Amino acid sequence: MLLYILKRLFVAFLVAVTVSIVTFSLVRSAGDPAVAIAGPDAAQEDVERIRVQYGLDRPIIIQYGEWAGKAIRGDFGYSRFLNTEVSKVVLDRLPVTLTLGALSISFALLLAIPLGVLAACYPNTILDRIALTISVVGQALPSFWFALILMVFFGVHWSLFPVSGSSTMLHFVLPSIALGYYASPAIMRLTRAGMLEVLASDYIRTARAKGLLQGSILFKHALRNAVIPVVSVAAVQLGFMFGGSIVIETIFSLNGLGQLAWQSIHRADLDTMQAVILINAAMYIIATLAADILNAALDPRIRVN
Amino acid sequence: MSADPRRAGVEVSLTSTLAVEPTQFANLRRRALRHIGFMIGGGVLVLVVFVALFAPLIAPEDPYAQNLTRRLLPPIWHADGSWSNMLGTDSLGRDYLSRVIHGVRFSLLIGLSAVMISAVIGIFLGIMGGYFGGRIDSAVVFILTCRLALPVVVVALAVVALVGPSLQLVILVLGLLIWDRFAVVMRSSTQQVRGLDYINAARALGCSTPRILWSEILPIVAPNLIVVATLEIANAILLEAALSFLGLGVPPPLPSLGLMISEAKGLMIFEPWVIGVPGVVLFVMVLAINLFGDGVRDLTARDRSS
Repeated sequence: MLLYILKRLFVAFLVAVTVSIVTFSLVRSAGDPAVAIAGPDAAQEDVERIRVQYGLDRPIIIQYGEWAGKAIRGDFGYSRFLNTEVSKVVLDRLPVTLTLGALSISFALLLAIPLGVLAACYPNTILDRIALTISVVGQALPSFWFALILMVFFGVHWSLFPVSGSSTMLHFVLPSIALGYYASPAIMRLTRAGMLEVLASDYIRTARAKGLLQGSILFKHALRNAVIPVVSVAAVQLGFMFGGSIVIETIFSLNGLGQLAWQSIHRADLDTMQAVILINAAMYIIATLAADILNAALDPRIRVN
Repeated sequence: MSADPRRAGVEVSLTSTLAVEPTQFANLRRRALRHIGFMIGGGVLVLVVFVALFAPLIAPEDPYAQNLTRRLLPPIWHADGSWSNMLGTDSLGRDYLSRVIHGVRFSLLIGLSAVMISAVIGIFLGIMGGYFGGRIDSAVVFILTCRLALPVVVVALAVVALVGPSLQLVILVLGLLIWDRFAVVMRSSTQQVRGLDYINAARALGCSTPRILWSEILPIVAPNLIVVATLEIANAILLEAALSFLGLGVPPPLPSLGLMISEAKGLMIFEPWVIGVPGVVLFVMVLAINLFGDGVRDLTARDRSS
């Protein structure tokens, strides 16, 4: 088990390094950082002076080495637009995005798992059809549009929830629904398929023959096994949510990492942009790593192989 | 008619061999006709493709033509709507119906082009990893993990912002980012077939590796790839809409559905239809593509099991 975790940690570290290299070269080669610092109206010689001053004329490998050396010590550079260190801003904004992600994935799981279980218990009935329709519709709804619709009806017309800001938990309701529903179709389908398979297995028949209660069979015995693949998918979806939160946070003016990413992209704030992409990647890596370890703990076959 | 029993026998066997082929096809057709999702999705999709192909002929007006004397006319289902602008006009007086029709065209164009790029990347990586296994497979899985760790929307927005928005760039960036599902499906499908007898036979006959990959493995896994391609086209269309909505997708005045929603969102509280119209069109188009893709998966899956 320990060896398995160490191996996974090593791969996760390599992925993080590769992602940082890709991001660094992408950001540096797609835009000219010297122009970004000097501003669009700066004279050519000023741009050149800044290029030399900031060391941007050196080869990109050396620049990366310098950046990585600082980043590993938690120094992600300085944001000239926010006038603070990037790491400080990121830490400031992180709680909002983490709250949004946690609430969104909870919403997705609370919607998808009961629906999936219901659909598997009554396959090919009207209940199954309804669950399927919800998942098909969910997959096709553009999330930014759905967010606007929620905003117009629940926020403005019926004034049930606030539509901008992040000061109270009520502010998170609409954004979490808008972000979370998108993950629910995949989770629902997987729960349904897993439950169908498990419910047909021998040990469930034994449990039935022993006369166990239906609820105890479903939730204590069947769901536990059916949920193993769901853990991985939910983790992947959670990782995607941190990336997708840029759209939702912008719409609902939540002051999190998504908003920060959006602002840094708009102002060509390269240091911040890079840090945010890297943090996003790190959250994805951590989420999937946690799921792998959890799965290995749940299912011994995984950690042996 | 003929008294010769042998001839009669020949005729019977002839008709029976002829009858086998159409039955298989008829079987598939019957199942396709019974598959509600496939029929609805396919039907809407045919309509969408038709509209996209003939957009300049179907659209009643020039989607770029502004007319400030008729700004924000309401659509036909409003009390003062009129048939001359069925879906109303936007805040620059452009005909909404014409813009939506051309928007569908751009969405499909972007979806198809981006998926062509991503299909090439994903299929190549997937088949290499799946067929050769070992270190090559580990490398492919590593590249795939790195790609999945990159947040698509954020990276796409950053690149578009740094380079400058354009239609070609959006297609290229999306194509380079969304190949992951192709690679995953191609890899696992190849792993399933690579040990089959006919592949070994081809190898024993001395077929070159590229030949085995190209004409023995690729055709067999093609149905899975078609399913992935449809779902990824839908995905690309949604992503483009999101990028354009945020102002870093295709540049105005192109009639992108995401851009239309973005341009109209300031008015949505008083006139919900301004975001309703392009949003519903986007939703229906993506829904149709997804239903069609799910249908193809169901039909080909049952075809193989039979």
